[in-house]
Amino acid sequence: MAMSKRTTGTIFGAVVVLAVFAYLVWGGIGKNLVYFLTPSELLAKGTSAYGSNVRLGGMVDSGSVHWNADTRELRFRLKDETKSVEVISSGAPPQMFSEGIGCVVEGVFSADGVFHSHNLMVKHSNEYRAPRDGQKPAEYYRELFKQQGQ
Amino acid sequence: MTGPLGHVATLLALLCAVAGAVVAFLGGRSGGERFVGTSRRVAYVMLAFVAAAFLTMEYALVTHDFSVKYVAQVGSRETPLFYTVISLWSALQGSILLWCLILAVYTALLARSMAKSGASGRDVAFSFGTLFIVNVFFLVLISFPANPFGTLNPAPANGPGPNPLLQNHAFMGIHPPLLYTGYVGMAVPFSLGFGSLLAGRLDPEWPRRIRKWTIVPWAFLTLGIVAGSWWSYEVLGWGGYWAWDPVENASFMPWLTATAFLHSVMVQERRGMLKMWTLTLIIATFLLTLLGTFLTRSGVLASVHAFTEGLIGPFFLGFLGLVLLSSLVLLAWRGEALRSTGSLDSALSRETAFLANNLLFAGFAFTVLLGTMFPLISEAVRGVKVSVGAPYFNQMSVPIALGLVFLVGVGPALPWRKGSPELLGKKFLWPGVAAAVAGVLLLLFGVNKPLVWLTIVMAVFAIGLLVGEVLGPAAIRRARGEGALRAIAGVALSNRRRYGGYIVHAGVLLIAVGVAVSSLYRREGEWTIKLHDAATMGPYAIQFDSLWAKSEPQRDAVIAGVTAFRKGSQVGRYYPRLNYYPTQREPIATPAVREGVREDLYLVLMAYDEKGQHATIKAIVSPLVGWIWYGGIVMGLGVIFALLPRRRRPLEDAAPAVTGGSREPVGVGD
Repeated sequence: MAMSKRTTGTIFGAVVVLAVFAYLVWGGIGKNLVYFLTPSELLAKGTSAYGSNVRLGGMVDSGSVHWNADTRELRFRLKDETKSVEVISSGAPPQMFSEGIGCVVEGVFSADGVFHSHNLMVKHSNEYRAPRDGQKPAEYYRELFKQQGQ
Repeated sequence: MTGPLGHVATLLALLCAVAGAVVAFLGGRSGGERFVGTSRRVAYVMLAFVAAAFLTMEYALVTHDFSVKYVAQVGSRETPLFYTVISLWSALQGSILLWCLILAVYTALLARSMAKSGASGRDVAFSFGTLFIVNVFFLVLISFPANPFGTLNPAPANGPGPNPLLQNHAFMGIHPPLLYTGYVGMAVPFSLGFGSLLAGRLDPEWPRRIRKWTIVPWAFLTLGIVAGSWWSYEVLGWGGYWAWDPVENASFMPWLTATAFLHSVMVQERRGMLKMWTLTLIIATFLLTLLGTFLTRSGVLASVHAFTEGLIGPFFLGFLGLVLLSSLVLLAWRGEALRSTGSLDSALSRETAFLANNLLFAGFAFTVLLGTMFPLISEAVRGVKVSVGAPYFNQMSVPIALGLVFLVGVGPALPWRKGSPELLGKKFLWPGVAAAVAGVLLLLFGVNKPLVWLTIVMAVFAIGLLVGEVLGPAAIRRARGEGALRAIAGVALSNRRRYGGYIVHAGVLLIAVGVAVSSLYRREGEWTIKLHDAATMGPYAIQFDSLWAKSEPQRDAVIAGVTAFRKGSQVGRYYPRLNYYPTQREPIATPAVREGVREDLYLVLMAYDEKGQHATIKAIVSPLVGWIWYGGIVMGLGVIFALLPRRRRPLEDAAPAVTGGSREPVGVGD
C-alpha cells in the first residue's frame, strides 16, 4: 500500500521539526559548555587556553589575597598540587572566602597570564559531617561578642 | 532497642510487599477476582509496618536516641523541635524512609479505591503486582543498603544536627514532603499503564482512571517545585529561584512529561488516538523520577541535594535498567493492541493543539535531560569535566515556553474535531483586542524588552480566551434569566474538571509573566556601607544602622540592622544575617526580603567588619517575582476545584451544561 500524501507530509514535517530541534540543541550545548580545569590543566593548554570561558578550581594560596576597596578588586592565587594561577575578581569577597579554602572561579584566562573571574564560588562541602578534632568554625565574629560585652 | 525495632518493621513491610506482588500476579494469571480483597489487606498491613518504622524513627529523633545511627548523623540536642521532626528527611536514608511511607499510602489508597469500585480483571491485578514490585524495590533499599536503623555502640552523647542549609527555613518542612508526594505518586499511573500493557488490554475506563491517579501526584509535584524555588529564593541568598541545578532538573523533567501525559490522555479519552504515545509518556515519567532519584541520591552529580552513598547507585541503576528494558519490550510486544481508533480530522482542532503541546513538552523534557546528563556523559566518554551553563537552558526553554504560553489560551478555545474559521474569529476577536491594547499600553509605560512585551501580550490574549470560554456559555444562561454571578458559577460548576483546568492555566500564565519580568528587569547592587551611611539604587536607599552578634541554641548569628527607603520615605527595617553553625566552617547567609505584589527588595549581608564599622550589603530588586509563587498557589487551587467531590444535587441543576459553540457532554472537558 502506498503511503497517502498526508502520511508522507506528516512524516516530512516531523523530520524537519526534529532536525531543527536537534540543530538548536547541539548548537546550544556546544556554545555553552564550560570546561572545568585545575590550574595545572589550564597552564598545560598553553596559548589555546586564552579567551574561552572556563571554570577554574583550586585552593586559595595563603598570603596571596589582596582586596582593594577603592577599585573593588580582589586578587589572589589559585593553586593545586603543582601550579598556581593569578586571579582577579571584581566585587567584595563573600564572607566565607579565606586563605586555604577551596574555591571555583568562572571567567576568562587572558594573554597577560591573569584569570579574570566574573563569578567566584567558595566550595563548601555538601556532605555534612561533624567537625574533626582541631577543626574549628570561623571565629572572627567573636570580636563582635566581645564588643557587646558578652 | 529502637533501632532493631524499626529494622524489623521495615523487614516485615518488605515481606508484605513480596507477598502482595505474588498474590496479585498469581491472581491475574488465573484471571481470578479474589486477589483484590487479599491484595487490599496486604496493602493495609504493609502500610501499617512502614508507618511503624517511620514513627519509630521520629520517636528516636525526638527523644535524641543517638544509639540509632541515623539520629547520630542528623540529630542534635540543640536543634529546635520542629527541625528535629523534619530532620527525618534531611539525609539519604531518612528520605528513602519517607519515600516508602508515601508509596505505601498510595498503594493502600489504590487498593481501597479498586475494591470500592469493584474493579477486577487481569489488568487490575497486574497493575497491583507492578505497584507492589516498586514497593519491594524501595523496601529492599531501606532494609539493606540504606538502612537508617543501624545501631551505634557506644552511643555518642550528641550529634551534629541536620545540614545547616536545611534548618534555615520552615519551608524545609513543606517542600520535600510535597515534592515526594508528587514524585512517588507517579509510580501509581505507571503501574496502571504497565499492568494494562502486561494484560494486553486497555479498558475504555482506563484514561479516566489513570488520569485521576496522575492529577493528584502532578499537583503535588507542581506545588513541590514551586515551594522548592521559593525555598531557594528565601534561603540560598543569591536572589534567584531556579539555577538549572541537576536536582531542580530532576524534579522538572517528570513534571514536563506528566503534564504532556495529562493532555495526551484527553485526546485518547475523546478520540481514541495517541494510545501508544500516552503510555510511553507515563512510563517515561516514572523512569525520570527514578533517574532523578538516582542522580540526586547516588552522588554522581554534585549538588546541594546530593547525599553521597556507595551502594545506592548501582541498586538504582539496576532497577532503572530493568524498568526501561521491560517497558520497551512490552510496548513493542503490545503495540498492535494500541492502534489508534480515531484520526486527525482537521488542522484547526483541539487535537492539533494537544499534539503541538505534546511536542513542546517532550522537546522541553529532552532538552533538559540532555543538558543535565551531558556532563556525566562527557566525563564518562571523554574523561573531560564540563558543565552545561545556564545560558543553554535559558536559550532553549524561552522559545518552548513562549509556544506553551500561546497554547495555554488557544488550545482550550479550539473545538474538538474541526473548528470553523468564523467561530474562531468570533472567539479570538475580543481577546485579540485586549492583547493589542495591552501591547500599546506596555509600550507607553516603557516596557521595551521584546521578550517581556511578548510574554505579557500573549498572556493577556490567553486570559481573554479563557475568560471567553466561561462568559460565552454564561451568556446563554443569562438569556434564560439567571443573574450574572449565578450564571458564571453555574457554568464553572457544570464542568469542574474543565474549568478547574482553566484555573490551572491561569496560574501558568501568572508564573510565565513573573518569570519573564523578574528575570529581565532584575536590578542588583552591592556596596560596602559605613555605619549610618546609605547606598542608593534606583528609587531605593539602603541605610546601614547597626551590626551585632547573637547567640542561639544551635547557632550564632551576625545580624545587620538595615533601613530601606523608597523615594525618600521609609519602607521598613530589615535584618539580613549570617548564621554560623558549629559544624560548618563557613557562615550561611539568610537574606531579608521585603515582599510585594509589584516588586521584592532582597537584602543579603555579604561581609562585615569585625568592629561593626562597615558592612557589605547586596540588594536585589525583582519586579513581579512574587507572581511565580501566587501562580503556583492558583494552580493548586485549580486542581482542588476540579477534584472536590461532587455534591448530589436536585435533578434540575444537573441538567446538561450548555457550553458555548463547542458542544460537550458533562464531565468530559479538559
